[in-house]
Amino acid sequence: MLSSSTFWLVAVLVGVGSFALRASFIYLLGSLEVSETTTRALRLVPAGVLAALIVPTLLFLPQTGDLSLWHPRLVAGLAAILVAWYTKNVLLTLITGMGVLWALQALGWT
Amino acid sequence: MAQSDNLTMSPPRVAALAGIKATLPLLLGVIPFGLIYGVSAAQVGLSMGETGGLSVVVFAGASQLAMLQLFADEAAVPVLIATGLVINLRLAMYSASIAPHLQHLPVLKRLGLAYLLTDQAYALAIHRYTEQPTDHRAAFFLGAAVPFWLTWQTCSLLGFRLGTSVPAHWHLDFAIPLTFIALLVPTLKSRSSVLTALVSGSVALGATVLPYNLGLIVAAVVGIAAGLLLEQWRSSFHAPA
Repeated sequence: MLSSSTFWLVAVLVGVGSFALRASFIYLLGSLEVSETTTRALRLVPAGVLAALIVPTLLFLPQTGDLSLWHPRLVAGLAAILVAWYTKNVLLTLITGMGVLWALQALGWT
Repeated sequence: MAQSDNLTMSPPRVAALAGIKATLPLLLGVIPFGLIYGVSAAQVGLSMGETGGLSVVVFAGASQLAMLQLFADEAAVPVLIATGLVINLRLAMYSASIAPHLQHLPVLKRLGLAYLLTDQAYALAIHRYTEQPTDHRAAFFLGAAVPFWLTWQTCSLLGFRLGTSVPAHWHLDFAIPLTFIALLVPTLKSRSSVLTALVSGSVALGATVLPYNLGLIVAAVVGIAAGLLLEQWRSSFHAPA
């Protein structure tokens, strides 16, 4: 864990940066044109970043960091992906993922 | 498009109430997010002040959750900051889209509204401004965004209180990737976004050998480049030059 001062440095910099992103065009009154390619790229950012966050946490074992194609978190994550795909419901996705993980662990699979 | 009965600007109170009404169903979606953020923050080891502070200063769920995961991984500070910001790049896109509707407002008011800009506030406001061009826009925006802000802050702190009393064998840390799944899957609406996710996820697997969690940024950039190339290729294929 970070030290408290480092934490606040990170928090404030991300906060100021996020505010700058939010205020950018509202403040500049659209005097800057966003190019078509930039808009396309920005639209793809969530897919790119979120997939990069999800895939390693599902495919590496939490205890050892070894690659594994068959462990409880991967199965629970895949179930959550299916539910998210069909329902687009945040709560159901969370309940499914945690529920499957807990069920598998109750069955003794760790 | 027959809105002839509404040619005069509606009073601020009416517009604010319309904003509140529009935002209520969306609060149901943000409550679990806020709670999960608070629980995860407690499990990662943040203090209550840090948990609430991050929610006030950054006020962006996906970014805050990504930062928590990187806190836990003890990622390098520049990577932490870059990741927290990259996820929020889309806010600049909303800013550009909504700017023409707010340009009549004084600067300070515009900056105040900008702080409250989220995916949800943007979606509600742009819909309203298109449907009701004569509306009192700042009041509607505040009506939609302030309850959202209050809910996010309250749930962050409530989640923190819950999180400190949850034992580790509940594996609630797993809620972070699950939340990312709930955020990611609905964005996979085009072939290019699916390709972006697939390429980025694969690169992220191989890129874990890179130091400081840099693999995350590298993977996202390569994935987005792949998605862009696909769009470029498809549009040049369909549209005659």
